[in-house]
Amino acid sequence: MIPHLVAELGYLVASACFIIGLKRLGSPATAPAGNRLSAWGMLLAVVVTLLAGGVVSWTGIIAGIVLGGGLGLWMARAVQMTAMPQMVALFNGFGGAASVLVAGAEFLKAELAGEALPASTGITIQLSILIGAVTFTGSLVAWAKLQEVLTGRPITFPLQKVLNAALLLGVIGLGAYQVATPDAFLGPFYAVLAAALLLGVLLVIPIGGADMPVVIALLTSFSGIAAAMTGFVIDNHVLIIAGALVGSSGIILTRIMCKAMNRSLGNVLFGAFGAAGPSAGGAAVEGLTVRSVSLEDAAVQLAYARSVIVVPGYGLAVAQAQHAVRELAELIEKNGGEVRYAIHPVAGRMPGHMNVLLAEANVPYDRLYDMDAVNDQFEQADVALVIGANDVVNPAARSDPSSPIYGMPILDVDKARSVIVMKRSMNPGFAGIENALFYHPRTAMLFGDAKGSLTGLIGEIKGL
Amino acid sequence: MGEGIVIGIVIFTLATFLGFELIQRVPPTLHTPLMSGSNAISGITVVGALVVAGGGFGWISTVFGVGAVAFAMMNVVGGYAVTDRMLRMFKKDGGER
Repeated sequence: MIPHLVAELGYLVASACFIIGLKRLGSPATAPAGNRLSAWGMLLAVVVTLLAGGVVSWTGIIAGIVLGGGLGLWMARAVQMTAMPQMVALFNGFGGAASVLVAGAEFLKAELAGEALPASTGITIQLSILIGAVTFTGSLVAWAKLQEVLTGRPITFPLQKVLNAALLLGVIGLGAYQVATPDAFLGPFYAVLAAALLLGVLLVIPIGGADMPVVIALLTSFSGIAAAMTGFVIDNHVLIIAGALVGSSGIILTRIMCKAMNRSLGNVLFGAFGAAGPSAGGAAVEGLTVRSVSLEDAAVQLAYARSVIVVPGYGLAVAQAQHAVRELAELIEKNGGEVRYAIHPVAGRMPGHMNVLLAEANVPYDRLYDMDAVNDQFEQADVALVIGANDVVNPAARSDPSSPIYGMPILDVDKARSVIVMKRSMNPGFAGIENALFYHPRTAMLFGDAKGSLTGLIGEIKGL
Repeated sequence: MGEGIVIGIVIFTLATFLGFELIQRVPPTLHTPLMSGSNAISGITVVGALVVAGGGFGWISTVFGVGAVAFAMMNVVGGYAVTDRMLRMFKKDGGER
């Protein structure tokens, strides 16, 4: 058993580890060490807690650690990089569930003992349960949508927002009642829990699959805030600090993703984007023709290009063609060309997802450029090679106020000296919007499966 | 209680500002590891869960606590392990990190 003061200092060191760990995430070179430091901080916090004297029975603890740790390790090893969004969604949910259970246990302990909790503790318990429960079920729905267990289309019904508002008001009312009246009547407690769990489901089901990156980032933030609230409940500062750090990280990522889609958070959460199905705009491209290019000609063009910018979209990952694109890039470089990758913030299924997918295929991270860093480079590029990307390269976002994506920041691919677009067919993409880039005089379409086309290009260039 | 909650709010507010400063400096290329790493850090709830699970406060608390320990440990172990796995993939040109 260690004195209270030593335990507090231990928690302070753990908090410092989290903070320095996040700071080291500022560069890919220092990030692995930063992550390990953060993990040491967590281990320290656990050891300090076990030694601080509150623990009298070990069986449950050991069972929980073995079960949770084992499952977590298995998931971390087994998960495919394309499935990272689902995994983060699940972990957000688990964080929320842990907060609900800790706060719930604290509440039941006091109620059953007939203890009157201070109002501040009562309020933070109710907040932990509300935020944690919404995070839990909301994350499970997000997971189901990403995993395609549930439809990616928004699920809406009449009076949905009214019902949500009524549920939220009910939770607040019952929560306030419980804070005000410390009796051993547990009806309101379970009612709050059930209503908050239902609210989590109802808040996420009307949001379309394409908006899930924003939702997961927001739920990350919620899971952090729930942890911080639990910190208030058990009066532990390391929970408050760690929870606040996670909360702010989720908020920043939410903001970045909203900006990248030119949508407000309110529009993402309540707009049911994509509910109406494919709609707008074939008119602008009528009468225009598409120029297609053969594998041989595209190969020659790429082989002799001095500067190539690859624009990967999620279609690349779906076709499992990341390794092929890296191989093609190495061939172009061998011929004296320079290859860079332009990554739109929503290129993958979550913030930074495409970067991880390319890193997995051994693409060096210093070749990956964000939208802002690369957009003025397209004018000097001999070839922009678009693979499985569509809306993020649609010039209508810049020029056509009637387009549903007008105003969304895009990669200025159409400014390159020539553009090769790899695409299966002329079917419009997820948002169902025609893309003027495909009809651009400098654009050539290379039809076919991304992986097949890339393998073909590699063979052609090798044969030159 | 009054003073405890005020100190808590002060810490929460300062940590939030610190979080904004730190996380704005994380480059977009590391945003996915940042999210999975955040999952791991939010597993800090394990600290509260351990006391609930092993504190001997009756069977309801123990059940809730063991569940909370398991959930939080999935985040901690899974979050750090998958973040490490991803970060190891990021290589600079020429193969070194």
